[in-house]
Amino acid sequence: MIAAWPCPAGGEEYALALDRGRRHRVLVLPAWFDESNKLRRFTAETMRRLDAAGIDSFLPDLPGCNESLAPLEQQTLAGWRAATETAARHFAATHVLAIRAAALIAPQGLPGWRSAAVAGSAQLRSLVRARVLSSREAGRSEDREELLARGRQSGLDLAGYRLGARMVSDLAGADLPEAASLRDIAQGELGGPALWLRAEPDHDPAQADRLAAIVAAELLA
Amino acid sequence: MSSQPGVSRPTSGEVDLVLRRVLQDVLGLSSERAEALTPATGLFGHMPELDSMAVAGLLTEIEDQLGIVIEDDEVDGEMLETYGALLAFVQAKRAGA
Repeated sequence: MIAAWPCPAGGEEYALALDRGRRHRVLVLPAWFDESNKLRRFTAETMRRLDAAGIDSFLPDLPGCNESLAPLEQQTLAGWRAATETAARHFAATHVLAIRAAALIAPQGLPGWRSAAVAGSAQLRSLVRARVLSSREAGRSEDREELLARGRQSGLDLAGYRLGARMVSDLAGADLPEAASLRDIAQGELGGPALWLRAEPDHDPAQADRLAAIVAAELLA
Repeated sequence: MSSQPGVSRPTSGEVDLVLRRVLQDVLGLSSERAEALTPATGLFGHMPELDSMAVAGLLTEIEDQLGIVIEDDEVDGEMLETYGALLAFVQAKRAGA
């Protein structure tokens, strides 16, 4: 279940791997930061359903995330792109399923899907806004523009995640790329509320059923 | 969803519907509960689903779905106090957009 893969930045990272050597092998790229916690179970449950449908899948830890020992503060979008390219090769992925902002780092040319994709700029906007609001609740006044300017200089703590200056700048300028080989799956297609926006992590088996069914139907068609 | 290209901007008559749908998605309200929102229904501080992360997500979704930009200094307890206050804010924003 837990596999290791060599990270281009050095060392190894873990991946959740449901690998039975089958023909279709989907690299699943998880949501980021606070959203990764909210969507972890949904993501793993979707993989279990893909497994039951006869499809292998792999969920790599991005460097600096989940079990990774690499410091998150040193990560960049380019570094994460290189990591996902390497993971795709290592696991011989035939397809990619990118969740939320992971659409920004899907390996070039690999066909697949992006679920509820979000631009880096929108992700950053939400994170900074959450910080401004929670600071205000704590009686501290912070300004979004000032925070962003500081973040681009020296990094920023957002919702408990320490992002380096490069990552802040990367996200601020990251629009969603043209989908090209990826098909967009809108949250509405999953028939339930956005789990990444729950105040507490929640699970909705029906949404995992739906996402796995969409992927399986299009893969095995 | 913000990510979906080709989503047309709703007319002002649809703002209420879009706002209910965003609240439903963000807060995970049942469709019955979303339809039952009245101008006096309490939001922030009344619904346990709304913490600062959820509020931030809610506002970003509203911006993306309704094509407006909400400044942080416009976000206050009053605007988020009730559904009616939030709807009035969004409609005023759209009128000025």
